[in-house]
Amino acid sequence: MLLINCPYCGERPELEFVHGGQAHIARPGDPAECSDQQWAEYLYRRDNIKGLHGERWRHTHGCGRFFNALRDTTSDVFLATYKVGEQPPTQAQLKGVKA
Amino acid sequence: MRDLSAVRQGPYIAASPLVRPLPPATRLLLRGNSEVMASALGALGLEFVETACRAASASGRSALWLGPDERLLLAPQGQYSEVFELLCAALAGRAHSLVDVSHRQCALEVSGPQAGPLLNCGCPLDLDPAAFPVGMCTRTVLAKAEIVLWRTAERSFHLEVWRSFAPYVSKVLALAARELTP
Repeated sequence: MLLINCPYCGERPELEFVHGGQAHIARPGDPAECSDQQWAEYLYRRDNIKGLHGERWRHTHGCGRFFNALRDTTSDVFLATYKVGEQPPTQAQLKGVKA
Repeated sequence: MRDLSAVRQGPYIAASPLVRPLPPATRLLLRGNSEVMASALGALGLEFVETACRAASASGRSALWLGPDERLLLAPQGQYSEVFELLCAALAGRAHSLVDVSHRQCALEVSGPQAGPLLNCGCPLDLDPAAFPVGMCTRTVLAKAEIVLWRTAERSFHLEVWRSFAPYVSKVLALAARELTP
C-alpha cells in the first residue's frame, strides 16, 4: 500500500487520504474586477501535468488537515509533503529524492 | 441539557472473545488553539501534550489528540456536568468549539495477545509497539468504518466507534477473531 507522509501525523496508509485538486491556486484579490475569462480560468482551468505536480491532499481519516504535496504523476511517488502556507521545496532541496 | 442516557439503549455488539463493549461515557470534542487546549486540559487535571497522536490520561479522564487543534475528551458518564462546568469556566472568553458527542459514538475494548493482529485484519496501520506505542491514539479506518484507535496497554486497545457503525465494526472483529482463535 502506498504510504503518504502527513506533515502532522507522519507516514500513513493511502486510504486515509483524499485528493483535493491542484495546489497553489490563488483566488483573485478583487473578483469584481475580473473578466469572465479570468474568473473562469480561476474556477475551472487546471494543469494536467505529466511529471511533478503540486497537489492538495487531506488526511480525512486522521488529523483532518489539508496539506500540499509534490507528486510525480508518472510514477505516483510523493517527493515531498508540506503544510499549507509553506513554500514548496526547491529543485535543489529535492535533489537526491528518488522520483 | 436533557439527559438521554437512561432511555437510550446501546447499539448491538457482536459477541467476540477479544472484544468487549465499554460502559457509556462523557465525550466532548474540543477545538481551539494551543492556549485553549492548555487551559482546558489543565482544568481537567490532564497534562498538555502537543505531540501528535498522543493521549493524556489521569484519574479516569483522558484527552486524545485527533488533530493539531482538536482533542477528544473522555470522562466517566457521571462526571458530565462537572467536566462541562470546569471547561466552560476555563474557556470563558476564548474562541473555541466544545461539542458533546457522548451519544454519537460508543467504545469497544480489544484486548489479549492477539489484539494487534486482530485489528490489523481491518486496519492498515503498523501496530507494532515500536511504531504504535502505549498512549498513542489516532483516527483511522477499520475495514470500511472510521474509528479512533488508542493503545491503552501493550495488549489492549480502546476503540471509539460511531454508534451506527458499531454493529458492523464488532461483526468484522468477531469474524476476524474466528480466523485467529482456533
